[in-house]
Amino acid sequence: MSSQSRAADDLTRAPSGGPQGFLRRYVFSTDHKVIGLQYFFLALVAVTVGTILSLLMRFHLVWPAAHLPFVPGGIMTPEQYLALITMHGTIMVFFVLTAAPQSAFGNYLLPLQIGASDMAFPRLNMLSFWLTLLAFVVMMAAFVVPGGAPISGWTAYTPLSGLGEIAGPGEGMGQSLWAFSILIFCVGSLLGSINFIATTIDMRAPGMTLMRLPLTVWAWFVTAILSLLAFAVLFAAGILLVLDRVAGTSFFMPAGLVVNGVLQTNGGGSPLLWQHLFWFFGHPEVYIAILPGMGVVSHILANFSRKPVFGYRAMAFAICAIGFLGFLVWGHHMFVSGMNPYSGLTFSLLTVSIGVPSAVKTFNWLGTLWGGRIQFHSPMLFAIGFVSFFVTGGLSGIFLAQPAVDTTLHATYYVVAHFHIVMGVAAIFGILAATYYWFPKMFGRSMDESLGKIHFWLTFVGVYCIFMPMHFVGIAGGIRRYADSTGVAYLAGFQPLHRFMTIAAFVTAAAQLVFFYNLFWSLRRGAPAAVNPWNATTLEWVAASPPPTDNFGGRFPRVYRGPYEYSVPGAETDFLPQNIPPVSDTTGSTEQRHAG
Amino acid sequence: MPVDTVAELLQRGGGGHSGNGAPFGSGREGNDNPGTPQRVYVTGMILALGGILMFFMALISAWVVRRGFPNGDWQPIELPRILWLNTLILAASSFTLARSRRCLVAGRDADHRHWWGVTAALGAFFLVGQILAWRQMLATGLFLATNPASSFFYLFTAAHGLHVLGGMAALLVVGLRSTRRLTLETATRVAALYWHFLGGLWLLIFAILVVER
Repeated sequence: MSSQSRAADDLTRAPSGGPQGFLRRYVFSTDHKVIGLQYFFLALVAVTVGTILSLLMRFHLVWPAAHLPFVPGGIMTPEQYLALITMHGTIMVFFVLTAAPQSAFGNYLLPLQIGASDMAFPRLNMLSFWLTLLAFVVMMAAFVVPGGAPISGWTAYTPLSGLGEIAGPGEGMGQSLWAFSILIFCVGSLLGSINFIATTIDMRAPGMTLMRLPLTVWAWFVTAILSLLAFAVLFAAGILLVLDRVAGTSFFMPAGLVVNGVLQTNGGGSPLLWQHLFWFFGHPEVYIAILPGMGVVSHILANFSRKPVFGYRAMAFAICAIGFLGFLVWGHHMFVSGMNPYSGLTFSLLTVSIGVPSAVKTFNWLGTLWGGRIQFHSPMLFAIGFVSFFVTGGLSGIFLAQPAVDTTLHATYYVVAHFHIVMGVAAIFGILAATYYWFPKMFGRSMDESLGKIHFWLTFVGVYCIFMPMHFVGIAGGIRRYADSTGVAYLAGFQPLHRFMTIAAFVTAAAQLVFFYNLFWSLRRGAPAAVNPWNATTLEWVAASPPPTDNFGGRFPRVYRGPYEYSVPGAETDFLPQNIPPVSDTTGSTEQRHAG
Repeated sequence: MPVDTVAELLQRGGGGHSGNGAPFGSGREGNDNPGTPQRVYVTGMILALGGILMFFMALISAWVVRRGFPNGDWQPIELPRILWLNTLILAASSFTLARSRRCLVAGRDADHRHWWGVTAALGAFFLVGQILAWRQMLATGLFLATNPASSFFYLFTAAHGLHVLGGMAALLVVGLRSTRRLTLETATRVAALYWHFLGGLWLLIFAILVVER
């Protein structure tokens, strides 16, 4: 029996222990795995709500005069459309793209992958989740209060977001709830990020040096640093916004503002100050959404190419470089705000410089695939899909990084297409790849491969059908945020394209039902999975499926090698788990004996 | 953060293992016990201070922008004189806290408890002093929304005061020996890190308020 399978036997036999009783075990749990799953299912609920909102928007763009039974008045007003935009963006960015890749999968897997028994601060971890859930509930409440949801976009630009009821429906109670929800979310994310960083620094198993960390851990670690620094700033900005709204201060409210015929009393502040503070958070937030996906994709590409990650060190440093540069480029969201052209040039140069570490990652992914014995399992398909979307969306980003080009395209669908592909869809593909990949570990069962492949192809093609034409609409001058462009002569010609995109959106959304069916069916009926079904190398595959409360069943792994030792010459198996010690053998390769 | 702490952060963790050729450690002993190490609480506090610093830096940058905004609505405010006394009290509390920690290390437990209590008392005096400063400001008709300078005055002092309130709670919890997971040495170290940070932060904020005049 190999030492690896012996180790696995020891672990799967281990009693699960931990707290008993449904509430302590599954609701108010301090177990990082339970908390990770709580985040995962919260994100599933959020992504469902966010998708329905986007479908309503797509429907309205094509059939603006349609009677909708659930809309007060029957026909959607422009303000209601703006409320959909705001809530779609907010829910997706915070409760899906932040919650799923980092909080859900990071929580579940980071302690396992570094060989720890839990996060550094388990109770703080539980508090993070419950704050995030509370933030979600408060955000949802904005739909049902008088005036409805806010209309100022997920970026909540001042002065619109600071004015209150007079600025329009949803700007009263709805916008206040939005601000409170974001403040609560900030606290949850800050506590979570402290936990992630401290765990990575102090809780690693013996032998788990920084250069032996799986790239997923590198990504979650750097993402947590970004969260800590960025959400602290958003928290400060949120407090100033709330004070402007409820206490009559004038941090963001400009002087002499007349709204609906009424001169506003508080004034003299700077609306641009909000933009600066918001985007100082907002740009790192883009990387908070995408970096974990990059880690997951590196991990999966190596696994299913049966090759080490090409240029591991370069990959780790590229994650750090992207994280660092991410703090220096917030101004590129503000090219049209009237900033000094020299500032614009500086932000532009810094922005295109992110292309360097991004290209390092992309070429290293290709280098990892090159010459590999590629296995096209569902997680692998989604990982390759991630690379495709990252390249497509990244390239349009280089155009938008030019102030002159951005000035023309900023308010058009080109920007919508760009950020949906690179931040939205790429990150979602990272989440889906992670779901298919770690499902056997999380639930001890396998998802259905055929359904996974159907899901992939429908989604992959569907997403390109939605967002590729959107670039052309943008270049031609199609303006975003318009609820109804049928009355505008030069925009009317895009309606057939819009109809195509809307149909593609509905088909793509329907394809997600395949995923949901597969997920929930496999939870109860999926084929039982082996401890290490993908023949992977990192420590989570050494633990039982699902792992017991203390992860390794009272044993503590030691680490002897890097995270991606696939197809090592001379070894008898094509993968060497990190906890397999080298055999000092005078007669030949040090790797030969232990795997046998 | 002290330089040696940074170096420590980078080196610790997985570096050394005894290399006895086992895929797992031998159990609950020595280096193999993965139970939460005490240093993690220090790391967590340093990280929390990083987040708090970013929060205040965001507020301070807002102050810089708002003050430089050329529309003439910034009216300098007269700072209550008691703020100088409060500053002295808070600075003194850092020294008493350091002394308390030295006594602990030297094994003089009674002295340690004495100076710990003095620190908590000074912290309480500081908070009372800040409230008095607020009352003086309110008495002169300067409210939160009166003008941007007064807005920032209340904002800075309230944000800092709430953090000091948290620090008082930490001093009390440690003073009453109610920390279950932390050793006394770690608990006092973590509390001291936080308290000294708040002292330094107040000096920065106070300097800003003084410059503003």
